Amino acid sequence: MICQKDLSMDQKIKATIIDTEGLERTLTRLAHEIIERNAGASNLAIIGIRTRGATLAERLVKKIETIEKKQVPYGVLDITLYRDDFRMRLKQPAVRATDIPFNIDEMDVILVDDVLYTGRTSRAALDALMDIGRPSSIQMAVLVDRGHRELPIQPDYVGKAIPTSIGEEVRVLLQENDDKDCVLLVEEPKEVV
Amino acid sequence: MSVKKADKILLTGGEVLDLSSGNRESIDIVILNGKIDKTGAIEQSSFQGTVHDISGNIIIPGLMDMHVHLREPGREDKETIATGCAAAMAGGFTAVACMPNTTPAIDTQEVVRFIKKKAEDELVDVYPVAAITKGRKGKEITEMAELVREGAVAFSDDGSPLMDTSIMRHAMEYASMVNTPIIDHCEDSYLAHAGHMNEGLMSTKLGIVGIPNAAEAVQIARDIELVRLTGSRVHIAHMSIKEGVELVRRAKEAGLPVTCEVTPHHLLFTEADLQHYDTHLKMNPPLRTAEDVAALEQGIKDGVVDVFASDHAPHTLEDKNVEFDAAPFGILGLETILGVILQQLVNRGVLSLEAALAKMIIRPREILHIPVPQIKEGEPANLSIFNPNKTFVYDASRSKSKSRNAPYDGMELPGVVWGVVNKGLLLTT
Amino acid sequence: MALSSSHLLGLEGVPASDIIKILDTAESLKPILDRPIPKVPTLRGITVVNLFFEPSTRTRISFELAEKRLSADTVNFSSTTSSVKKGETLRDTVRNIEAMKINMIVVRHSAAGVPYFLTRCTDATVINAGDGQHEHPTQALLDMMTLREKWGTLAGKKIAIIGDVKHSRVAGSNIRGLVTMGAKVVVCGPKTLMPPGIEELGATVSYNIDEAIAWADALNVLRIQLERQEAGLFPSIREYHAEFGITRDRLERAKKEIIIMHPGPINRGIELDSDVADSDASIILNQVTNGVAVRMAVLVLLSGMDSASD
Repeated sequence: MICQKDLSMDQKIKATIIDTEGLERTLTRLAHEIIERNAGASNLAIIGIRTRGATLAERLVKKIETIEKKQVPYGVLDITLYRDDFRMRLKQPAVRATDIPFNIDEMDVILVDDVLYTGRTSRAALDALMDIGRPSSIQMAVLVDRGHRELPIQPDYVGKAIPTSIGEEVRVLLQENDDKDCVLLVEEPKEVV
Repeated sequence: MSVKKADKILLTGGEVLDLSSGNRESIDIVILNGKIDKTGAIEQSSFQGTVHDISGNIIIPGLMDMHVHLREPGREDKETIATGCAAAMAGGFTAVACMPNTTPAIDTQEVVRFIKKKAEDELVDVYPVAAITKGRKGKEITEMAELVREGAVAFSDDGSPLMDTSIMRHAMEYASMVNTPIIDHCEDSYLAHAGHMNEGLMSTKLGIVGIPNAAEAVQIARDIELVRLTGSRVHIAHMSIKEGVELVRRAKEAGLPVTCEVTPHHLLFTEADLQHYDTHLKMNPPLRTAEDVAALEQGIKDGVVDVFASDHAPHTLEDKNVEFDAAPFGILGLETILGVILQQLVNRGVLSLEAALAKMIIRPREILHIPVPQIKEGEPANLSIFNPNKTFVYDASRSKSKSRNAPYDGMELPGVVWGVVNKGLLLTT
Repeated sequence: MALSSSHLLGLEGVPASDIIKILDTAESLKPILDRPIPKVPTLRGITVVNLFFEPSTRTRISFELAEKRLSADTVNFSSTTSSVKKGETLRDTVRNIEAMKINMIVVRHSAAGVPYFLTRCTDATVINAGDGQHEHPTQALLDMMTLREKWGTLAGKKIAIIGDVKHSRVAGSNIRGLVTMGAKVVVCGPKTLMPPGIEELGATVSYNIDEAIAWADALNVLRIQLERQEAGLFPSIREYHAEFGITRDRLERAKKEIIIMHPGPINRGIELDSDVADSDASIILNQVTNGVAVRMAVLVLLSGMDSASD
C-alpha cells in the first residue's frame, strides 16, 4: 500500500508504474540482460549514482553475483561536483564522497541510475567516471526511462519506458531508502524557486 | 548659513540663561555696531533695524571649544581656518583654540601671526596653542615668551606625547614663568606603541594592537608630580580613563593647578562600537570601556572635569577609507559636541544645562586667561543662541567642515543652533 | 544558502552547523586529491584572485591548488606594500581588480579587519587567508578537520594551544571554532604573549606547560616569531625552549597519547623538537593535506552564493 504521507503535501499519485513484485522481476531481468550482453561478469563493474542509483546498483550486484557465482566490484558515484546547474540552484546539494574502491581502467562499467530524464545527470556521471579512469566501455542501466532527453544519451538497459508529460514526476521508492519498493507517477510539485 | 554685519539688530523672544543660577529670563537684546546696546523689554515698533524673533531659543555667552585641529597651515585639503570656523559657528561656537600639529608646527611667532591674520575677519575668535617643543619633536622648548606675546594662549605638543620627563619639567617651569598653561596630551608612547584602539577584550577579538589605560595614566601621574615640583598650570587634554579621573581628583584635592577636559565621543561611544572596524571611530586616546565612561560621568558630576572639548580632527575620506591600522586618529566634533553633551549629560540628568554649558563657556576661557563674555549693556556682543528642546539629524555630507569623518552621521541630537554673534557679525544657520 | 554567510571572514559567530558542513564537504572532496586526474569541473568559469599582501608560501599554494582542483581560474596578486607605505590605496587596488570581472577574493593582509573592509568595497565573495593578529579561519578549519578525522568528534576533546597566542591569528580562529564545536581549549605560553580578555573567547589560560600537556588530548604548537625576543617579550630562545618547548621528555612524562599539531613553518628545536614533530603522534602533514580539502570545501560552498557569476 502506498500512502499519501510518503509524498509531499502538494503531490498527487497518478499511477503506480511498477509495484513491489514488478520491481523485483524487472531487476532480475536487467541482471540477466547485463550478463548476456557482456558474456558473463568477469570484466564487469557496477557503479550506481547517488542515492537511489546506488541502491539499485547494489541489488543488481547481488543478483549478478548469485547468477554468476563470482564477486562483482561495486562503487558509488557522487556527481554533485559535475552538475551543470551547481551554482544556479538556490539550495545547493550536499557534496558527498564518491566511493569507488577499485581501478576502473579497462573494465566494462555498468552505470546505474533510477530514472533517465533530460540526460544531464548521465552526462555529469560520464564526466566524473572519465576523471577517475579509462574503462573499456560504459553501459547505462536505468529502472525507468521517462523520455524528454535534452542531450544525446540513450540507455543500454531499461526497466520500463514510460511516456510522461513535463508536469509529472517519476518517484522511485526503495526499501533501503524509503521503506518500500515501488515506482509512482506523481504530479510534479510546484517549482520552488 | 549666512554672516551679516551686526550693526543694528534686535533679538526678541529669547531667554537669557544665567550660568550660575540656571535662571532664565526673557530679555530682548539690541546690538549696535557689535555691542550690546540695550537689554530688557524693547518696543519693536520704535526699533529702527533688523528684528529677529528668536522665540524658543536660549541666549548664552559665546561657546568656546579649546581643543580643535584646523589643519592650516599644511593640510588645507582636510580643513582651513575658514572652514574650521564655519564648522565652529554651525556648532554654536564663537571661539576655538587650535592645536599646533600643523605643517609647519605652531612653534614660531610667524606661524602664530599667520593664523591670527587668517582668522582676523572670521566671526570666530581663533586662539592658537603653540608647541611646547620646536617642531613638536620633544627636544628643545619653543620661544615661549615671544609666542605668548604674539597671541599663543597655551602650549601643547598635542598628538605627540612628550616622553622626556626632564624636558617636560623645564617646559613647565618656563611656561609658568610666562603664566601660560600646558595642555597635556598624556600618552606613554612606549606603552602605546603601534596601538590603534583600546587594549582589552575588544582589541583581542578584533586582532588589533591595543593601547592600555596605563599608557595614559602613567603620563597623567607623571605630569601631576611635575606640577607638584614646578607649580606650573597643566590642563590634561581629552582624558579618557577612569584612572585619570582619580589622579586629577587627588591632584585637585591637594590644591595643585591641574585641570582636565573630556570629549563628547569618549562619553558616547565605547570600544564595543568598533566591531566593524569603523575608522570613523578611531581616535587617540581610543574609545575605552563602559567602566571608563561611567567614571568620566562621575568625575563630571563631582566637578573633577573642567571642560568639554571636541578634539575636532578633520581627515579626508581618502585618509580614512583604508584598513583600520592605516587610518589616522581623529574625528570631526565641532558641529556635534553641543548636541552630544546635551544628550549624554543634560538630558540624562548627569549635569544641569547651565553647569554643562559653563564647561564650554567659562572654564575654557578661565584656563586660557581669556575674558569671559558678559551679556550686559555696553559689552561686546559675543553670544550663542540655540534651542535645547529641538532636535536635528546630523548629516555629515553637509558638514561645514572640509572633511566628513564623523561617526555621528545620521544621529538625532538635541540642541538646534539658531545663530552666533561675535566681532560685530551675526551668523544664522 | 549553503552557509549562513556569503563570505568567510573568520570563525567568530559561525554556527556549528556551518563548520560541520564545511568539514563534511572537505571529507567528501579529499579523495579527489588522490585521483589520477585530481580535478573536478565544479568552479569552471569562476575567477578567484589570491590577494596576498604578506609573504606566504604554504597558504597561498594551498589555496591555489584548491582552486585549480576545482577548475577555477586563478590569478595571484602578491605585494608587500600596503597603503601604509603609500602608493595605491587598498580600496583602489581591490576595485581595480574587481573591475576585471572576478568572482572571489582570497585575501591575506597584515592589518586586522581587511577582509571585512573588502566586503565593503567589492561585491566579490571574500575569503580570509589571515588578517593581522585577528583570524585565519581556513587554518582552524583544517586543524579541526584533522582532529575530527582522528577522533570522529571534537565535542569534549581537550586541545592546548601553545606559544605566542597574542600575535596568533591561528589561535584566534582555533579558539572560536573549537569552542563552538564543544571542545575545551587551554592556551599556554609566556604571560607576555597572552592577549587580554582571551578567557572571554572561551579559553582557559595556563602558564605551566607540563600542566597543559598533562591535561590535553592534543597540542597545537604555534610558531614563535624571533622578532618577539627583540621586542622584549621573552628573554631568549634558550629560555623559551626550556620553559615552553615541546620535547619528547615532556610528552613521555604525561604517560599518554597526545596528538601534535603545528601550523608551520616549524622552528625545529625551539617551539617543537624534531623527534616530536616527526613522531607517530604528529599529524602535521595530515594538516597540510587537509588544508587543500578544506579550502576546496570553502570555495565550493561559498561559490553557490555568488549570483553575479550566473
